[in-house]
Amino acid sequence: MLPVVEAQARYTDPPGIDAALAQRWLVAFLREELVTRRGMSRAVLGLSGGIDSALTAYLCVQALGPESVYAFRLPYTTSSAQSLEDAALVVNALGIHCRTIDIAPAVDGYLKLEPDANARRRGNVMARVRMLVLFDQSAKLDALPIGTGNKTERLLGYYTWHADDAPPINPLGDLFKTQVWRLAEFMGVPAQLIDKAPSADLEPNQTDEADLGISYPRADALLAQLLQGAVDAQLIERGFDPAQVRVVRARLDRTHWKRHLPTTAMLSNTAINEFYLRPVDY
Amino acid sequence: MKVAIVQFKPRKGCYTENLAAATQAFAQMGAQGLPDLVVLPEAALTGYFLEGAVYELAQSAQHCARDLAAAWRQANGAAPVELVCGFYENDAGTYYNSALYLTIEPDAYRIVHVHRKLFLPTYGVFDEDRFLSRGRRVAAFETPFGRAAILLCEDLWHSIVPTMAALKGARLLIVPSAAPGRGIDASCAGELTSVTRWRELLSLTAGEHGVFIIYAGLVGFEGGKGFTGSSSVVDPHGVALVRADALDACIVRAQLDLREIDAARANLPLLGDLNAVLCDLFLDDELPLPHCRCDASSR
Repeated sequence: MLPVVEAQARYTDPPGIDAALAQRWLVAFLREELVTRRGMSRAVLGLSGGIDSALTAYLCVQALGPESVYAFRLPYTTSSAQSLEDAALVVNALGIHCRTIDIAPAVDGYLKLEPDANARRRGNVMARVRMLVLFDQSAKLDALPIGTGNKTERLLGYYTWHADDAPPINPLGDLFKTQVWRLAEFMGVPAQLIDKAPSADLEPNQTDEADLGISYPRADALLAQLLQGAVDAQLIERGFDPAQVRVVRARLDRTHWKRHLPTTAMLSNTAINEFYLRPVDY
Repeated sequence: MKVAIVQFKPRKGCYTENLAAATQAFAQMGAQGLPDLVVLPEAALTGYFLEGAVYELAQSAQHCARDLAAAWRQANGAAPVELVCGFYENDAGTYYNSALYLTIEPDAYRIVHVHRKLFLPTYGVFDEDRFLSRGRRVAAFETPFGRAAILLCEDLWHSIVPTMAALKGARLLIVPSAAPGRGIDASCAGELTSVTRWRELLSLTAGEHGVFIIYAGLVGFEGGKGFTGSSSVVDPHGVALVRADALDACIVRAQLDLREIDAARANLPLLGDLNAVLCDLFLDDELPLPHCRCDASSR
């Protein structure tokens, strides 16, 4: 009998990451975008207590030094106390500036005019008020707001348009959530933040995975293949649950608009970004 | 033969400022020992991703040659040099992604060759074919170091292009490049997947044809896309004599012993073997070449 050497397909594993290489690349990206391109030295970011903003803070510190990183905790009345504590862990570990601004007066000032707003609308208002604060603080501090959204949430449309995605640069936007976890481990982000269930923290006891109907490792494995052209039948053959394939495909397909700038009616042959094409850094 | 590669980080759209940075690099070479050949990357004087701005920034080869010669002389006076630089070319309203080979002598300079990129990547992050016209041939041309050819970036990814250059007698392949990095799998072992691909291509190509390859990579980020530098010189055995880091601007220097080309070809005579079989391969009427189509239609 001859020994058999057989290919092992691992389709349902989430994509891996060379964390040391990713860290080096992202730190260089942040330095180039802030210092080289814009001549700036300070970064502003919202620190939610979750893993994405924590990892972003760690990267910013590597790129700019702790004295140049300004974190903001922006709780609303319903935000969990644990989120504030977890954000504090990051601040203390890194020695960065931190200020806590209660967004409840601003949010409630508007929502009292809209008492029937449902949870989604209320969550969007909170996210957009946070964006407003970060941009204003960036103007005050002569600093650049740094985005913290990851690739998984961008692909699933699981964020508020013109809020979480508003900052002009984003180091994590091409990393799946599971890659964010691995990079966070590598960079020494407190395990408490990596191990806890990810949450938008817009409502009590909310978790991302319950909202999405799929775990992050499975969603990432699915999305990674979907983006490379795998069709649904292939994904099901490769061991994915048909219902989850449908959920992820539907979320991806109905949120393409969210990953673009607003649609503008074209009337001329110099329409911006249609005919008149200039790169963002020109 | 002494080579210096400027692993260049351009400022987007700032031709004059980039020329000044190149002048500084030339001056550094003057202080540290003048090379015989200097190579700068693809789109070195403007940055790579220009979209429609390419029409504002493209220069004629003559204009670019004049500026580069002036920069070299400002840095190093009358010292002679051979110089290769990637640039966006405006040839009377037709635009190319080009690289020129320039001989600078004490009292004159002349353009020896202009290579226009054959393969314009237009997929994923790339959009060259939307804005540029493609070159039509790869040429081998005489230099003080023997016959050479220039291939721009994706030109080298099609194995037939370096093969044709070698068949035309090129012993030196000069490859200005702007390669946006991607691929960060767990299996990367400290190197982006795209960088590994380049490293393997350079080694396999040099080793197959017994040529030196001088690879000049752009560095810096443009709109979130980071170029992967890794400028290198690969000998005719396929061994890298020197290789720069992926991220930082630098000057890469190497001394080439051109006698190694004959030694490599004697030890592994693949190019000679190909010469012997080439006609049979290309006369194969299953190939989609013009003479074959005539044959096919008459059948």
